[in-house]
Amino acid sequence: MIEAHDSLIVRSAGKLLIPLIQLFALYVLFFGQYGPGGGFAGGVILGTSFLLAVLVLGPQTPPCRLAHQLEHGDGVGLMIFVGVGGLCLIGGGEFLNYSNLQLPGLDDAARRSLGIVLTQIGVAADIAVTALSIVFSLGRQSIQEASSHE
Amino acid sequence: MMDWFEIALLILLITTAVGVSRVKNLISAVLVLACYSFLMAAVWAQLGAVDVAFVEAVVGAGLATVLFLLTLFRARAQDTQIRRTRTPLVALLGLPLLGLLLLYAAVDLPPYPDGRDGQDLGKASTRVSAEYLQKSYQKTKTPNVVTAVLMDYRAFDTLIETGVIFTAGVACALLLRGHAK
Repeated sequence: MIEAHDSLIVRSAGKLLIPLIQLFALYVLFFGQYGPGGGFAGGVILGTSFLLAVLVLGPQTPPCRLAHQLEHGDGVGLMIFVGVGGLCLIGGGEFLNYSNLQLPGLDDAARRSLGIVLTQIGVAADIAVTALSIVFSLGRQSIQEASSHE
Repeated sequence: MMDWFEIALLILLITTAVGVSRVKNLISAVLVLACYSFLMAAVWAQLGAVDVAFVEAVVGAGLATVLFLLTLFRARAQDTQIRRTRTPLVALLGLPLLGLLLLYAAVDLPPYPDGRDGQDLGKASTRVSAEYLQKSYQKTKTPNVVTAVLMDYRAFDTLIETGVIFTAGVACALLLRGHAK
């Protein structure tokens, strides 16, 4: 099931589209403060861009190996989220009250804005890695078979 | 309020919803469900909930479809066929009756408030909504109120949601990879 796609057109289009999709994912993630989007949508788009790479380019290519490396990062996103909350605690306030992030030169509103950006990165990382992890679990046998044939 | 675009959307929604329950093949059902999700995203966008529409289009129509299809590809071909039995008469008569009852009850719902013309926004929303809408930009420097509420005012909810997704990923890995050995 999971191996490089036969068609040259699909592979070429994939090579062209995958970086664009990843760029769009980052745009959605960081534009979430100004318009629709944010951590959830950005994370899913980032995860699916790697899935597209695995499905179109095959398991032996750099994007797919990178995806396999990313799979080990399950929990990093949650750790970022909780870590930001913990930094607020260390700063002398309530858990996840971003205005207690102790950063010189920033007023309360800017600190809260920064806290929103950081936690959104955490959410996006968590969701992208989880999407990859579930799909790799589902396609485990076929990926292993495909790589053992080569 | 109801223009032709909304009516067409709702008719398509009902058609795809009935279609999901009528098709004979599970893979077709998944694809029709993706269409349903996409139409639903259009409905959310039409209602002005652009963030919800975005997530519905990305997760409902995109990722969920991929997960369903991958699951079905693991199954044997004959297992993706559905043998439907005849619908029992009780369901055929009772469910439309229930639908009529719900429609009858829907008349008593309060009108959809949009906050214009000094409309009453309802009890739950008067306490905090106005403050979020008026002050969230000064307090968080975040023009999108949805993001400000989701990631700042309701950060605990989002944290637990992230935990739920993490747990789902770990559970899938434990169940499926242990079996593959």
